[in-house]
Amino acid sequence: MPRETTHGPEASARTRTGPPALSPVPTQNTPRPATWPAAGSAPRAPRRLPRHNVVAIALFLAPASLLFVLLVVTPILLAMYTSLFKWNGFGIPADFIGLGNYTRLLDDTVFVGDLKRGAILILLSLVFQLPMALGLAMLLNQPLRGRAVYRVLFFAPYVLSEVITAVLFKLVFSPNQGLANKVTSWLGLGDLGASWLADPSWVLYSLFIVITWKYFGFHMILYLAGRQSIPNEIIEAAEVDGASVWKTFRYVTLPLLGPTIRISVFLSVIGAIQLFDMVWVLTGGGPVNASETMAVTMFQFGFRRFEVGYASAISVAMFLISLVFALLYQRYVLRRDTEGAVTTMGARR
Amino acid sequence: MTPPVQFSRRSLLGAAGVGAGALMLGACGDDGDSGSGEGGTATIEWWTIQTTDPIKPVWADLATKFQSANSGTTINITPLENEAFKSKLTTVTQAGNPPDLFQSWGGGVLAQQKDASLVKDLTGDTQSWKDTIVPAALEPYTLDGKVYGIPWDIGMVGFWYNKDAFAKAKIAAPPTTWGELLEAVRKLKGAGVTPLALAGKDKWPAHFYYAYLCMRVGGVGALKEAATSKSFDNPDFVTAGERLKELVDLTPFQTGFLAAEYGTPDGQAATMGNGKAGMELMGQWAPAVEKEWAANKQGLGDKLGFFSFPGVDGGKGQLTDVFGGGNGFALGKDAPAKTLEFLQSLLSVENQRRLAETGAIIPTVKGAEDGIKDANLKTISQAVASATGFQLYLDQAWPPAVGAQVNDSVAALVAGQASPKQVTEQITSVFKSQ
Repeated sequence: MPRETTHGPEASARTRTGPPALSPVPTQNTPRPATWPAAGSAPRAPRRLPRHNVVAIALFLAPASLLFVLLVVTPILLAMYTSLFKWNGFGIPADFIGLGNYTRLLDDTVFVGDLKRGAILILLSLVFQLPMALGLAMLLNQPLRGRAVYRVLFFAPYVLSEVITAVLFKLVFSPNQGLANKVTSWLGLGDLGASWLADPSWVLYSLFIVITWKYFGFHMILYLAGRQSIPNEIIEAAEVDGASVWKTFRYVTLPLLGPTIRISVFLSVIGAIQLFDMVWVLTGGGPVNASETMAVTMFQFGFRRFEVGYASAISVAMFLISLVFALLYQRYVLRRDTEGAVTTMGARR
Repeated sequence: MTPPVQFSRRSLLGAAGVGAGALMLGACGDDGDSGSGEGGTATIEWWTIQTTDPIKPVWADLATKFQSANSGTTINITPLENEAFKSKLTTVTQAGNPPDLFQSWGGGVLAQQKDASLVKDLTGDTQSWKDTIVPAALEPYTLDGKVYGIPWDIGMVGFWYNKDAFAKAKIAAPPTTWGELLEAVRKLKGAGVTPLALAGKDKWPAHFYYAYLCMRVGGVGALKEAATSKSFDNPDFVTAGERLKELVDLTPFQTGFLAAEYGTPDGQAATMGNGKAGMELMGQWAPAVEKEWAANKQGLGDKLGFFSFPGVDGGKGQLTDVFGGGNGFALGKDAPAKTLEFLQSLLSVENQRRLAETGAIIPTVKGAEDGIKDANLKTISQAVASATGFQLYLDQAWPPAVGAQVNDSVAALVAGQASPKQVTEQITSVFKSQ
């Protein structure tokens, strides 16, 4: 079941489109590499569709495409258009300044700072948060008393909305009555006082603690699902061959978890690029921009300063950064997984 | 995504005395039939930011009374929480479809609405009765000599202090000069009291200090001049920043003030209301909000005193120059004729007195001030009425981008991350870009 969280939609899509094109339908025992590349590519192969099929497909696609164009494509194009103007949001944009807003972006210390802070958050996630989630997933894969309880507990923060999480941690980090300061006092670290959210040099790390608290459970569940899809026979074979626990993990489990880790990294990076709600409620981007993200800067300019043209330019920049990252990542990192997924899926059916 | 509990002083003016808990998003009425004729039918879409007691029921009652006196006129009230109001108003005004009667604070945002021809010029229509209104209150709504909105609430910013804390620190009388204020801060620190409560995260409370210092050092004229010349390049403003830095260097604020908000259980108002700070620089709504956020829901009561922002030696400003603002209403471009009549009725002496009696506002109509019961609010009302000069909050008087930059730059100065010179340079550069 858990494996379907990762690959489910693709798998079922293939089952639906696959069979009619196939002659012979693969059975459970079909050796995977031989059959499935063909099967996987079969629906994409150029075929002449009967006319009524084309009509049916168009009819089925129409509502979704209409909504997509109206609610996704149009706003993106509109934002691109307004980003070329100096516009306060009232009336029709008239003051055309070409790429002026974009050159301004590069000179804007806050925006450039956003990129740096985003990079720091991504780096911290990759170095601390994801390995921690992986370690916990491995632990919770062991036969352990009450492990279902642990799984639920660790996953629980992910269920909360970002706003609720932020409100909660505002209380935790409160300098006077906050839990965080009480805990550090008990631990003998002394009262860290205002260090959590009020100190510009600490606030980003406090923010990272909150992000980790909220998202490690999600990544843990991903890893756990990935781990459970690794057949135990392989692990057992390694043990029989005399591999140590570490070597089994390093050379068997970890490589086989590759697709899951790559997806988890992808989600983590995209999440960091779009981070808004939590920061907005927790710190508003402050003190003095020290925890500001691109989305917060965009909001400040769009809805506080009424510089809608410039805010559009920020949003377009965010879109392009996400897009370029997603395309490169798909092209160079995820491709073998998507190809691999086809073969893997085949073996299981 | 609006933060669930976020106060600005605008909402506080309205929600004063009650607080932010019950934020109600009003139903969104379509801008209905705006056509009107004498004695015909007319629908007035009225957007207010009073979503709670004590003012919300007063508005509803006044609307009902007007409707029964003018058959055929329907008034649809849409009460919106402050932040929701601003977002929603931005959306409808961008579509060129403003409500008929809506909340306005005057200043820069009203000027943008005026430039986009979204609001009515009321100069001629209010000629007969606008003299009943305190001149300082009307000023933010007067743009290029024309009136675009009518205020129904006006107040000022000043120091609210805890009389017990002052007694404990052996401060004989409230400071009247900047030097005395710094001395009071030192004495309070010496007595183990946090001298000042400040909501650093919200930024606008810190801008009060800087704006007042600019007024005291350079005079009200200097700020008006800055607005017309679009330049903040004035040595007096650098001096103001240096004075503020003197205060900041004494570390007078509560622990963690950079992350503190105004209206939260451990924010500025609560710190003051719980008796944990000696002073706060805040507007006329301060007592009500302190009471709301104090742990005992009582606040300081008669232990709370008020004094005007002190003067600066050698400064060009006077102690009677006032920095503040209030609430008003503007008329949408397509408002039916009855809207003006209704607005006038809202600003009758008896209705203003009734609002004043709620303790949540300070009336703008002369003669209604006898409705005020609180001694501190009476002081404020008199100070505003006899003001020698008036300056609206900088973040509202000026275009939103400039106002936000003032807040950001001053916040950086208070956090020790910008020099007084940098503050004026940053503000000037945004001014020039507008």
